Amino acid sequence: MHEIQERTRELTYGEAINDALSTAMALDPLMICYGLGISDPKAIFGTTKNLADTYGSHRVFDMPTSENAMTGVSIGAAIGGIRSVVTHQRLDFFLLAMDQLVNSAAKWHYTYGVSVPITIRLIIGRGWGQGPTHSQNLHSWFAHIPGLKVVMPSTPLDAKGLLLASIFDPNPVIFLEHRWLHNSKGTVPVKDYRTALGSANVINSGNDITIVGMSYLTVEARRAVDYLASFNILCDLIDLRSLKPIDWVLIQNSVKKTGRLLVLDSGFTTGSLAGEIIAKMSMESFCYLKSAPARLAMPDVPEPASFGLTKGFYIGAGKIVSQVCKMLDIIDEDILCGSPEEHVPHDVPGEWFKGPF
Amino acid sequence: MRDALNAESTALMLRLWKSMYRIRAVEERIAERYAEGKMRCPTHLSIGQEAVPSALAENVRGDDFAVSTHRGHAHYLAKGGCLNSMISELYGKATGCCGGRGGSMHLADTSVGFMGTTAIVGNSIPLGVGLALSAQLKGTNQICCVYLGDGAIEEGVFYESVNFSVVRRLPVIFICENNRYSVYSPLAIRQPPEREIFKMVAAMGIRVDSCDGNDVLASCRVAANAVHVVRGGEGPYFLEFSTYRWREHCGPDFDNHLNYRSAEEVAAGMETDPLARAELSLLRADSELQRVLANHRDCVRHEINRAFDFAEDSPFPDPLSVGVGIYA
Repeated sequence: MHEIQERTRELTYGEAINDALSTAMALDPLMICYGLGISDPKAIFGTTKNLADTYGSHRVFDMPTSENAMTGVSIGAAIGGIRSVVTHQRLDFFLLAMDQLVNSAAKWHYTYGVSVPITIRLIIGRGWGQGPTHSQNLHSWFAHIPGLKVVMPSTPLDAKGLLLASIFDPNPVIFLEHRWLHNSKGTVPVKDYRTALGSANVINSGNDITIVGMSYLTVEARRAVDYLASFNILCDLIDLRSLKPIDWVLIQNSVKKTGRLLVLDSGFTTGSLAGEIIAKMSMESFCYLKSAPARLAMPDVPEPASFGLTKGFYIGAGKIVSQVCKMLDIIDEDILCGSPEEHVPHDVPGEWFKGPF
Repeated sequence: MRDALNAESTALMLRLWKSMYRIRAVEERIAERYAEGKMRCPTHLSIGQEAVPSALAENVRGDDFAVSTHRGHAHYLAKGGCLNSMISELYGKATGCCGGRGGSMHLADTSVGFMGTTAIVGNSIPLGVGLALSAQLKGTNQICCVYLGDGAIEEGVFYESVNFSVVRRLPVIFICENNRYSVYSPLAIRQPPEREIFKMVAAMGIRVDSCDGNDVLASCRVAANAVHVVRGGEGPYFLEFSTYRWREHCGPDFDNHLNYRSAEEVAAGMETDPLARAELSLLRADSELQRVLANHRDCVRHEINRAFDFAEDSPFPDPLSVGVGIYA
């Protein structure tokens, strides 16, 4: 069989989402797409740009500030045969809609045998004073609920692949975008490209330790892993991608190989998904473990707004490097001293981010 | 209804009486047999509130949508929901409309457009609006009936849903059955005394109407007008019907012993019985109808007997299937 070179292009994470939405709307002429600000001049950080012009304002529309009812509307539309993508500029705003999500969307197929194909895009903020209620990583809440699927892409490729897979999945899917990823660049196929829900991705192979990352923390983990490689410390880095269902086989195989497990989680420590992964691996792969598994999750502290208070607050490559060294019993001043620093300034993902949100 | 019935309205009244009688008889049988302990789920009976769903059902099409609440038996039955499936659902049997996964508070029969009931106050309101949106987008000319109670008027999601339906001129009718109680909490402590719900809701830019929900012919006229307007593409409608719940909030019994409402109030509420009023006016119009009514009572009794036998004889779902179907 001849391999045909796939056509690809360089896109940002935000552009990849726009590409996925446009691809889906072309494939399904009934699909609708709405959210507060979706067709305003900023178009949800560019992710919904031009969609209303291309597909019409009856299919792509701004909505009242009614997160709960508008979630119910998407469920009702789904029962009526119309799939939808609903977007919220912060995950925190969507907490008003937990009744519709948990009591109806997640239960409908189990109770009535009728599928609810909705995708809910939630954007997670960080830094630039986002503060206690514009920055919450509550993915473990959603992953707790039977009937929901939860994904957190970390690359433009997976942003497109997972969004298309989410949209065409017959179940409610929570699609979590980290605001710090919107400008990251990567190669993305032009065609309808899908990443299977429930599949994690090995982005670096090594025998010394398994690191499980998700969303923006995978970016920080990659910096740490590249740095450690220069000292011949070789990490298996897994990008989780999908939190529910979760790729247990891939994680378990890696733990069997390395005997060490570090899980990174951008959510609060107590009740974190990292805790769940560690519990399961400890119960089912205990005999393979050479040291106690560990997690780096956010402290059980609301994220403060102040530039001063958030210094050293986040999990970054430096903290990952020192945790790996600790788990491998490596006490090497050279490694620790040269470890990747926190971004300067620490509260933005890069020069491109000028606020306000 | 105080007017004498002519031939046409007698025929209409007879259909409405039949629908109401069937609902009443089903609910009374459930009440009668509840103590056997085989219907092991919270059950909210519609006894006394049969007129409104019968009036709506008379005016909608089979393919029109409806959604309802924890007190949804009457809405399900009036819309044409399968009785066997409903009783089996109360019994938790595999032949129930949800295969035993929902119980009394989760009823659906999508073959007649009855899309579901949910057990959280206000929860099904936006689902109905979403169904109306799907009809509008597909251009099917279907409408959606959203049943709710006076308690749901106090939920934020009600206002969110009405607002969106007005903005998008959606083909939806919100039907508020005001029975004056949210569980045991009277309207007087929940909403200001001078309020008339339908007038307040009118301020949102939606057409409204109100009616004595125990006068089934008047309710039917109000429903007919609303259905006509909504199907004509002129946007949503809100209807408020005064009703009265005879029995306890949840369960099969009368509840005068709880003293949250006076015996006089309950007696007065039962005095407005829509079923008795309908029967009286039918017999006044034509005493010969006595035989037709008796015949219907017999048919319904047999139908209910069969439904309970069907439920009793049906198997429980396989315990091993408990984890099946969480995802589509």
